[in-house]
Amino acid sequence: MRDFWRRFRRNKGAVVGLVILLLVVVLAATAPWLFPGSPWDMAGAPFSPPGEMGMLLGTDSLGRDVAAGIAHGARISLLVGAVSTVAALLVGVTLGAVAGYLGGFVDDAVMRFTEFFQTIPSFVLAILLVAIFTPSIGSVVFAIAIVSWPPVARVVRAEFLSLRGREFVQAAEVLGKSRLSIVLTDILPNALSPIVVLSSLMVASAILLESALSFLGLGDPNLMTWGFLIGSGRSVIRLAWWMSVFPGVAIFLTVLALNLVGEGLSDALNPRLARQRGGAA
Amino acid sequence: MTVSRRGLLAASAAAPVLMRVQDALAQGIAPRRGGTLTSILSPEPPVLQIGVNNQGPTLVAAGKIFQGLLTFSPTLEPIPVLAKSWTISPDGKEYVFKLQEGVKFHDGHPMTADDVIFSIMKFHMEVAPRARAIFALIEKAEAPDPLTVRLTLKQPFQPFLLMFDNSACAIVPKHLFDGQDYRTAPAVQRPVGTGPFRFAEWQRGNFIRLERFADYWKPGQPYLDAIIYRIVPDSQSRRLALETGQVLLTQGSDIEPFDVPALRSRPNLEVSTKGWEYFSPLAWIELNHRVKPLDDVRVRQAISMALDRNFITQRLWFGVGKPATNPIASTTRFHDASVKIAAHDVKAAAALLDAAGLKPNAQGVRFTLKHLTLPYGEVWSRLAEYLKQSLRQVGIALELESTDAGSWARRVGAWEYDTTINFVYQFGDPTLGVERTYVSSNIQKVTFTNTGGYSNPKVDELFATARNSADAKDRQAAFSAVQKILCEEVPQIWLMEMAFPTIHDKKVRNVVTTGLGVHASFDDVFLTA
Repeated sequence: MRDFWRRFRRNKGAVVGLVILLLVVVLAATAPWLFPGSPWDMAGAPFSPPGEMGMLLGTDSLGRDVAAGIAHGARISLLVGAVSTVAALLVGVTLGAVAGYLGGFVDDAVMRFTEFFQTIPSFVLAILLVAIFTPSIGSVVFAIAIVSWPPVARVVRAEFLSLRGREFVQAAEVLGKSRLSIVLTDILPNALSPIVVLSSLMVASAILLESALSFLGLGDPNLMTWGFLIGSGRSVIRLAWWMSVFPGVAIFLTVLALNLVGEGLSDALNPRLARQRGGAA
Repeated sequence: MTVSRRGLLAASAAAPVLMRVQDALAQGIAPRRGGTLTSILSPEPPVLQIGVNNQGPTLVAAGKIFQGLLTFSPTLEPIPVLAKSWTISPDGKEYVFKLQEGVKFHDGHPMTADDVIFSIMKFHMEVAPRARAIFALIEKAEAPDPLTVRLTLKQPFQPFLLMFDNSACAIVPKHLFDGQDYRTAPAVQRPVGTGPFRFAEWQRGNFIRLERFADYWKPGQPYLDAIIYRIVPDSQSRRLALETGQVLLTQGSDIEPFDVPALRSRPNLEVSTKGWEYFSPLAWIELNHRVKPLDDVRVRQAISMALDRNFITQRLWFGVGKPATNPIASTTRFHDASVKIAAHDVKAAAALLDAAGLKPNAQGVRFTLKHLTLPYGEVWSRLAEYLKQSLRQVGIALELESTDAGSWARRVGAWEYDTTINFVYQFGDPTLGVERTYVSSNIQKVTFTNTGGYSNPKVDELFATARNSADAKDRQAAFSAVQKILCEEVPQIWLMEMAFPTIHDKKVRNVVTTGLGVHASFDDVFLTA
């Protein structure tokens, strides 16, 4: 573990990303204390610029505090990112593992099914799903999970294909372990590192996807999210730039942080790869 | 010099023109011939045949091609158009219209009483539900001579004249429609009317061009050579087109309310919210009385008092529109200014809810309602958010639901909602545009009827009295009484008398001169040099 942390630390960008990410998590966790009450409350005069009327980041067209919106929006963004990623992982890992371990006809069938999803533009599919199931937090998470599992399935399948022929797996088979037990205790732990790296990036893209849906007015109308803040500020951007800029910065920093952390994880989990890269630079 | 001679010539022809030209001369500007007016239509209309389609953009563009017998001033007094004069019998049952002389359709056929009778009794009767409901009252339609139309009603109907504006009863050419399916006749695709501009070209998705009709019945008019309506689907592009002078005029919902303040401050542009008096749209929170506790009058009063209508008009609509004071818009006939809904008072609202036995729980919530957001654009979403926050202050939790336009109309029509937002045109008279929302005989599973399900025999009776009475005084008494009852019972939560900004370059003159604003024929509109 200490070894892992030492390797992670070597990537300066990853450390910066981790710090930003922690700050966002702290912001989300303390939002109810930092900004008590609902972020929808009309706290000040409409269109107050940043810094005026005690509003750090200004107010929007109804006099709602933009800073409160960003803090409370962080909760939703992180929640949607995490939950939809977990859901996508459950589907993706299961299908990938089945395909990679069993091979043959099952592999073919599962991969054709995966490709079917991969050929549909993911954002269009997400819009369609949310529109059909009416916008709510549940339908947004569901739509994001549906469009983001295929890459997981492919990565897991590839890992399983290469691992299942190794000696330790053969040894386990000879020992008479059940297939389920081999998959769960022998192969999966060894396939974890690419999954961990991939999932950190999936959280980032889930946050982006949620923001894009909210921007288009397809978010949960009862929840304050970053995408909603930008979408509602877009039309008055000439009148009140702060309404779109600050939530935009929040999304940018969070997604960047997740990407940096993802890269750091990749380095830390694949020490040989990282050393090569370090050597080349 | 030639210009003013033309002006004088026009002035001698018809009385209303005389007034306009004199007004113009009094301001030191004589109408100038020539020039092309560029404007915008959004969304693109399906056809330009009034009656077959009566949506806003259709009425704006086709209003230049077609004309009615009358139009209406901002105070809803009738102004002659194709009818030169008219008389109403003392019993209020016989209407005689004398038509203008020398009126021609764009294909050269003269317009006669036959065309007028065909338009009323056949064309609009078949294609337009609103016209059908009123014109069904006509017992007999005759033409004693080619320039006279006599209509005999089964019973007196005081708002009858209001049905003869172009938007309600455009005069169409009988020879192009008779014996055909009115909705699919070739004339629907190439509209032919008597208006100052005739249909020239329509590139779908791009523009509609109307050109000056040389044989127009007012000599010397129209002043413009052509009108081009560009189709611009995006609101920010529309704003840019106006700012850069690519278009000289926008109307209706072309410009979003939040863009209006910036355009107001531009020295070359004029922003007017007049010219909607005939339609007078009123917006309200539509309550479904079948949903508890909305059947309790105290709850409805509390909701009404919890809202700050000034905030809604000033902050959400940027001053375009004004707070509603009662169910009849102040620009509609028989509005009683002395009858007002209770003022904004959050404490009193909370007290009413307490009295209704709806105590707040630990989170301060008394009860939860769903709200179907009106899917007509951003400002309506903002309104829903405002309502949610305002009602939360008195302990009513509003859960917002998003939907699309088709589903909204279906769900409201099927009574599948707790609360939503609705706005309807009032058409100048409460009998035409207000009654339908409150009388129990109109509780139907159809959008824009009494979908809320409010029922009060006294209200039914008063609306019936007003409908059947031939005397304006009796009608006013009935309408005043009904406004009092409705303001106490608040069956719907009236929010705002809506207005739509008409924004034009200052060199375009006479844009808004009647109670129909940009829907007018524009035969007197001109461009200064």
